[in-house]
Amino acid sequence: MTWTWFHRLGSPPYVYGLARRLTPWLGWPAALLILGGLWGGLALAPPDYQQGDGFRIIYVHAPSAWMSLMVYTTMAIAAGVGLIWRIKVAHAVAASCAPIGASFTFAALVTGALWGQPMWGTYWQWDPRLTSELILLFLYLGYMGLRAGIEDTQRADRASAVLAVVGVINVPIIHYSVTWWNSLHQAPSVMRLAKPTLPASMLVPLLVMLLGFTLLFGALLLVRLRAEILTRERASSWIREALGA
Amino acid sequence: MREFLDMGGYAAFVWPSYAVTLAAIALNIYWARRLLAQARAAARRRLAAQDQRA
Repeated sequence: MTWTWFHRLGSPPYVYGLARRLTPWLGWPAALLILGGLWGGLALAPPDYQQGDGFRIIYVHAPSAWMSLMVYTTMAIAAGVGLIWRIKVAHAVAASCAPIGASFTFAALVTGALWGQPMWGTYWQWDPRLTSELILLFLYLGYMGLRAGIEDTQRADRASAVLAVVGVINVPIIHYSVTWWNSLHQAPSVMRLAKPTLPASMLVPLLVMLLGFTLLFGALLLVRLRAEILTRERASSWIREALGA
Repeated sequence: MREFLDMGGYAAFVWPSYAVTLAAIALNIYWARRLLAQARAAARRRLAAQDQRA
């Protein structure tokens, strides 16, 4: 097993070029999948036998919630890699994740509240799932605040990476909160080991949305990563070439 | 069409949910692109300043 790929991924010029080439391959499929998923979720899927058309919120709520957890996990892994191997690009990945994750955690909380009101009779409840997701938002905001508060990039990288890695404990807590504790929130219907509990007509648009959001995250991350690398690699001569200046 | 917009009486919850999520997507695309444009412009300015000193 050779480790050249790993070393190359630590090289800012290589990652910058790779990110630029990959972005459209993630962004355009993401756009098509999300548009298709919206069509499927709003128009093709049949109304739920209990929740009627209200259940259609799942097609934006579940992908947002999935995004909130996937982005945090990516951020924590990148931060951990940055801490252990002292790879600058890994820290740049982690820093790029936070605003994306924070905004979709916010969307997951708002869409959850809008789903909770008609189905549970309340926008908010200090319930394990809801509370742990709110803590996730605070972790993202804390991470961004910590970075913004430290002038020196290397120190900001290391301090925020420790926060990101410690905070990852919240991810399994959110996922299993509905199983471990008595929660208002329903149990997983897709992200489970056994067969999903949704019929195909409802499940397919949801899976399309989940894949679309995942690719969208990839595209957003790559664009932000390029900006982050350009800002960090202040004096490098390769930048002249990359910008075509 | 009327029926579709009414969402079986859940319109007040379904449509704002979609609006918030689509806004999050649109803002993220806008923010990411703006960030890259700003970083590129800043890098260009630095390079130009370097050239002037040389």
